[in-house]
Amino acid sequence: MNLLQRVWRSSLGKKYVMALTGAALFLFVVGHLVGNLQVFLGPEAINRYGHFLKTTPEILWPARIGLLTCVGLHIFAAMALVAQNRVARPVAYAKVGAHGATIASRTMIWSGLIILSFIIYHLLHYTLTLPSVNGYGFDFSTLREEEGRHDIFAMIVMGFQKWPVSVFYLIAVGLLCTHLGHGVGSMFQSLGFKNHVWGPRIGGLARTVSVVLFLGYASIPVAVLSGFGGGHLSEVRARIAKRVSEHPVVPGRIEVSHGTNTTGKGK
Amino acid sequence: MKVRLKVWRQKNSGTAGAFQTYETPDLNPNMSFLEMLDVINEQLAGRGEEPIAFDHDCREGICGTCSLVIDGKPHGPHHGIATCQTYMRSFKEGDEIVVEPFRARAFPLIKDLVVSRKAFDTIMQAGGFITVRAGSPPDANAILVPKEDSDLAMDAAQCIGCGACVAACRNASAMLFVAAKVSHLGLLPQGQPERHARVKNMVEAMDAAGFGNCSVTGACEAVCPKSISIDFIARMNRDYAVALLKGDAKESASGAG
Repeated sequence: MNLLQRVWRSSLGKKYVMALTGAALFLFVVGHLVGNLQVFLGPEAINRYGHFLKTTPEILWPARIGLLTCVGLHIFAAMALVAQNRVARPVAYAKVGAHGATIASRTMIWSGLIILSFIIYHLLHYTLTLPSVNGYGFDFSTLREEEGRHDIFAMIVMGFQKWPVSVFYLIAVGLLCTHLGHGVGSMFQSLGFKNHVWGPRIGGLARTVSVVLFLGYASIPVAVLSGFGGGHLSEVRARIAKRVSEHPVVPGRIEVSHGTNTTGKGK
Repeated sequence: MKVRLKVWRQKNSGTAGAFQTYETPDLNPNMSFLEMLDVINEQLAGRGEEPIAFDHDCREGICGTCSLVIDGKPHGPHHGIATCQTYMRSFKEGDEIVVEPFRARAFPLIKDLVVSRKAFDTIMQAGGFITVRAGSPPDANAILVPKEDSDLAMDAAQCIGCGACVAACRNASAMLFVAAKVSHLGLLPQGQPERHARVKNMVEAMDAAGFGNCSVTGACEAVCPKSISIDFIARMNRDYAVALLKGDAKESASGAG
């Protein structure tokens, strides 16, 4: 039997797939947070970062394809494992004890599925910038700086000013925190990099890192809801309003025609 | 002391089972849980009823025959202790105690509280032999084993194969059992020649038996009557990965001799 078949068919092999793809996704989550936190450096920093990614397809696309592959494999392996687990105990116990198993460890599939639904929403919201999901009804990608770069800063602030978006975001990063609190430690277990010396440290480190990630991610919507970025947004609105008054109808300039909605006047 | 027992009764695997409640007579609190069941069975036999079938043998915690999920925990309320060494003094007067068999697809029910743990034997057989020099006794310390390795190997070798890990795991996974069996030979020099073949064969036998997968909840080590650590599962994962990467042995063209 060849190696890949053997990995896929065995219980341990599927756990290797979970661990390796999980590790890659964990690294992305760390990198993504570091990137996002640039929002606190102001519009110039984060817009330059966004522009760099957008204009560097040789980094952007391999990363996107790699991440989607990891997400796909992670979910596929999880489904196969869960399906086997479900049939492994046909008759349930009348009385079930947790035996020290943490809630995080027992709800991985549920935290994972909710995170998945969030990822889909998050991609529609900020990557594909679908007008129908952001609560404003216009395309976020039309938010531009005067030099024409995407105004990521305005996009983030506007996005999170809608409280249901922020609440969903907070729930998702909260669940991501519990998912990683168990998952990052288990990754080492599944790949066999754990013993009595490192076991307790890895567990503690996994939980600490998860909480730090949660605080980092949560800080952005919380800051926006407490007024962060409002000044920049009023400048953007003023600029758009000025442009609309100077060029009332410019065919083909979606930015302008839809931009009126941001002022709250047009419909 | 008196307690009320809610016991799973099932004639055989082909019929449906149900809980039945029994009031115990006055018990000596220093009776073991199994002795308490003996007392109930004597009563049942006296009344012409079918006694409760349950597994037991040595009754001193070393054979791994006794089982039972007592109030939701395999082997009863204590840590590091099998059912046979659980005593009635661990319960309170008037308690209702729920007694169930180990539940897993790979452990089919035979009768009442007795399940077949043959799957474990199949896994052990898949592990195969170790090559040792037969004949005259070897010199002492001819093979040097570091103390920490031998200690760890002995920790793994404590596994009595009772199946509590499977019973407690929410996925009915046998990883802790297999990991202990893989590790206790894998840690010693005597187990090296077949180390990688052994882990591959045992893991594949485990998968074929229909056990679930590990989700690292730690429930297995919490209920293990021998307190075997889930670190052994990590060790098995590593050994299996190495074994897969090494691949199967190449067929020899020349043959031995």
